[in-house]
Amino acid sequence: MTNIETIPGKKIIEHYGLVAGNTVRAKNVFKDMGASLKNIVGGELRSYTELLQESRAQAVSRMTQQAEQLGANAIVNVRFATSNITQGASELYVYGTAVKVE
Amino acid sequence: MRELFDLIYFCILVFVGYTVGTMVEKENYRSIRERESASLDLPVVAGEDFQDESIAVERSEMVYGNIVIGTDYFRLIVAGLRNLLGGEVSAYETLVDRGRREAVLRMKERAAGADIILNLRIETCQITQTGTVEVLAYGTALYYKK
Repeated sequence: MTNIETIPGKKIIEHYGLVAGNTVRAKNVFKDMGASLKNIVGGELRSYTELLQESRAQAVSRMTQQAEQLGANAIVNVRFATSNITQGASELYVYGTAVKVE
Repeated sequence: MRELFDLIYFCILVFVGYTVGTMVEKENYRSIRERESASLDLPVVAGEDFQDESIAVERSEMVYGNIVIGTDYFRLIVAGLRNLLGGEVSAYETLVDRGRREAVLRMKERAAGADIILNLRIETCQITQTGTVEVLAYGTALYYKK
């Protein structure tokens, strides 16, 4: 997986088109309470950092699954996108081009 | 009486936010600067064309780092007041600056042993209404054949 147009050092022999994975996550009320306390003094909200990291890993694994089904062994030009769906939930989206390299 | 308590509570929040928030920010910047200078040997570029074609690449891997960072109560109030008049909201400038630099550092830390990171992308997303943002930094780490 790379976010550039090639896999350096390898030759792309086949293109399979776009693959994508997404996940929508809502935050936990209890973690939210901790977060609002943290908002008094500022700084990193570690529980959220981890939550988003996990969710993003899930979106990525959905994308790679899709690529594997197509018979690809690499994904190039990967991009991430995050959007707020509602007040408490956000969507994490990842997309790229599935290819086969030598 | 009730109003008085509310006012005292508010003042305490603003005071704690200011003192602790400033401390947290200072400590944060110190750690960022220290780690930035320690990781200078791994270049990060925002394009694809910096790859040296004469060097053989062993493998490439996508790496990313993220952080969710919130502002403190004092700066939230300051930014709220600022919103009435418009203009530069410097209270939030340092917040996103810290977030971005930290996200890039985390990405670099995950690319241990890499020789260069190509095509850096940084994305920022609002998490709550109260000055909390997520920053995601990602790029492609190249490991040269040694």
